[in-house]
Amino acid sequence: MKVEAYVLIFVGAFFAVVCGIYWFLSYETSGTLMLLGTCFLGFVPGGYYYWWSRRMKPRPEDDPQAKREDGEGVVGAFPGSSVWPFVLGVSAASVGLSLVFGFWTAIVGFVVAASAVMGVIRESRRGGLI
Amino acid sequence: MTIAVERTLPIPAEEHGPTGLLKWITSTDHKVIGKSYTITAFVFFCLAGLMAMLMRTQLASPDNNIVSLHLYNELFTMHGSLMLYLFAGPFAFGGLANYIVPLQIGAPDMAFPRLNALSYWLYAFGGLIMISGFLTTGGAADFGWVSYAPLSSATNTPGAGPDMWIVALVLTGFSAIFTGVNICATVFYLRAPGLTMFRLPIFTWNMLVTGILILIAFPVLTAALVMLWCDRHIGSHIFSVAGGGVPVLWQNLFWFFGHPEVYILALPYFGMVTDILAVFSRKPVFGYRGMVFATMSIAALSTSVWAHHMFTTGTVLLPFFSLMSYLIAVPTGIKFFNWIGTLWRGSIVFETPMLFAVGFLIVFLFGGVTGIILASPPLDFATHDTYFVVAHFHEVLFGSAVFGGFAGLYYWYPKMTGRMLRNDLGKASFWFMFVGFWLTFVPQYWLGLAGMPRRIAEYSPLSGWTLLNRISTSGAYLLFIAVFLMLVNFLLSFLKPVPAGDNPWDAHTLEWATSSPPPHHNFYWIPPVRSERPLWDHNHPEHTTIHSHMPANSVRAATSTVHSGPGVHPDHGSRSDFRGEDGDE
Repeated sequence: MKVEAYVLIFVGAFFAVVCGIYWFLSYETSGTLMLLGTCFLGFVPGGYYYWWSRRMKPRPEDDPQAKREDGEGVVGAFPGSSVWPFVLGVSAASVGLSLVFGFWTAIVGFVVAASAVMGVIRESRRGGLI
Repeated sequence: MTIAVERTLPIPAEEHGPTGLLKWITSTDHKVIGKSYTITAFVFFCLAGLMAMLMRTQLASPDNNIVSLHLYNELFTMHGSLMLYLFAGPFAFGGLANYIVPLQIGAPDMAFPRLNALSYWLYAFGGLIMISGFLTTGGAADFGWVSYAPLSSATNTPGAGPDMWIVALVLTGFSAIFTGVNICATVFYLRAPGLTMFRLPIFTWNMLVTGILILIAFPVLTAALVMLWCDRHIGSHIFSVAGGGVPVLWQNLFWFFGHPEVYILALPYFGMVTDILAVFSRKPVFGYRGMVFATMSIAALSTSVWAHHMFTTGTVLLPFFSLMSYLIAVPTGIKFFNWIGTLWRGSIVFETPMLFAVGFLIVFLFGGVTGIILASPPLDFATHDTYFVVAHFHEVLFGSAVFGGFAGLYYWYPKMTGRMLRNDLGKASFWFMFVGFWLTFVPQYWLGLAGMPRRIAEYSPLSGWTLLNRISTSGAYLLFIAVFLMLVNFLLSFLKPVPAGDNPWDAHTLEWATSSPPPHHNFYWIPPVRSERPLWDHNHPEHTTIHSHMPANSVRAATSTVHSGPGVHPDHGSRSDFRGEDGDE
């Protein structure tokens, strides 16, 4: 997990330096703010990963000498087929089109989105682990 | 493993799930979604290519009237939008990466399969909405793919088409963000035991960096699009001078997305080419860590150079952005050095993927060199908004997304379908494309230096640009033939399939350790991972002691991990745990 943390911290550190240089050379706000946001985008998850990496045992994927059986057991939850992403996509497109053609497509979109959310929640109570 | 456990009962195998059209609509399997992305992106590529043919035909003669001026504006806007937003990016991170990354790291699927499916549907509906702009009374968006303010205001470009373009980009933007999250989480959490970060295939590394870059860039675009919509519809005046706004702010926001976007479109193809060069040179990647750090450096620098597209606005810090742009040449140069190092004294096999990969090297190099020219403010002032810039970015993006992308497609097509593409047709397609490419775009450099502006539909017969434009158009027709041959190749592979086998290229990485196409959840067996080339180590034990950089006792330590168990192939269990030529870094 340490390397993953370092990759993200590298993002934060690089943009911290660039942000500082850019601000003192240009005093331009929009670019500085975007660089600052990018800096946080690196430091926040990177810091979280680093915090965890110091408190957890190396995972099998972090161990160069790990055996295959070290990775046995539940890997994660992988749902099977589901129609709800498609339905949610339809609803998002419908809501989006309301910005072009008027509010009525948003009503359709929100109703469809609500059904999709309920569908996903019900679906999540079935099915299994890999 | 810390993935949230949502379900408690086993799910049925894919074979028992929906079939036919319902399977394509409901599947959350990364392979089906990856194929959906690939096919959809290729359709958008063909549509955008047809638009390019129309434009080149229009420009073949001075004062031509094949398309109206208004339609020409729509064509170049939608050509750019389809190619950049709907083909080059999604083809890489939605299509090939979706299919290949989980396989390369030994994972059963992407980390969030339903989010993955949602990403695809947002992309597909977004694309449909964008292209549907042509069906509206005012036509599709016609303000260029960069949508500069104030040209993109409701006064200058009214109608539903531009609004549909904005909505489509928001949807595809969210699709890209979700895919970026998914790729990062998959690489961070679902790697096979022993597959440390510095054993990842370069393609997977590049996709991880691309995923981070997506998370940096796309939210800025989405925010800018929301502002643009507000300007167009609720009178917010963020980008209009009349209301106290700042038009050039749009350029700052757009290019803060737009320049990383160039590398979001290029880095995946760098990764594909790196893997392909190594496989068809029968060597490990030269300077593996250098490649990784170069990728990260390119990505980081690409987010610090957004205003080099804005040199002529007079509002940006020229020395800073020029220097940062020049700096990108350093990691890119390292990459080229390492690509040549990978080829150097290799047993090179010129199969079709390798031809396209070498084509990428040549084309992208020229695109990069002209990029250095454009990074110089005085030279940029002279060539800004001319065909020189058009030629430059087509060399960069056609070089990466088309030459690199087709290299990846030819390389992984056997894995995705279980069928081989015809080598002779593939090579013919390459040569048409290679020759056609140079004929199309080199004259555009000269046209740019001769002063021909971009985005013009007509030019005077007295301008002296006719011959070069005709050469460029004839090259575009060769490109059309190249793509047509590729489509014929796909068709033949379905009408008269040639079985591919599991590992037709004698490749190195884990995706080739499973069947073609892979089973549901990908693997019945995974070779032990002791280097960045686990499958090569397994298949070529004779090479393992020749070039090992490790002391002998570490090889013994590695071989002591031979084991058996439910995950071990019965025929290969005793051959496991070999060290690659580069050893364990």
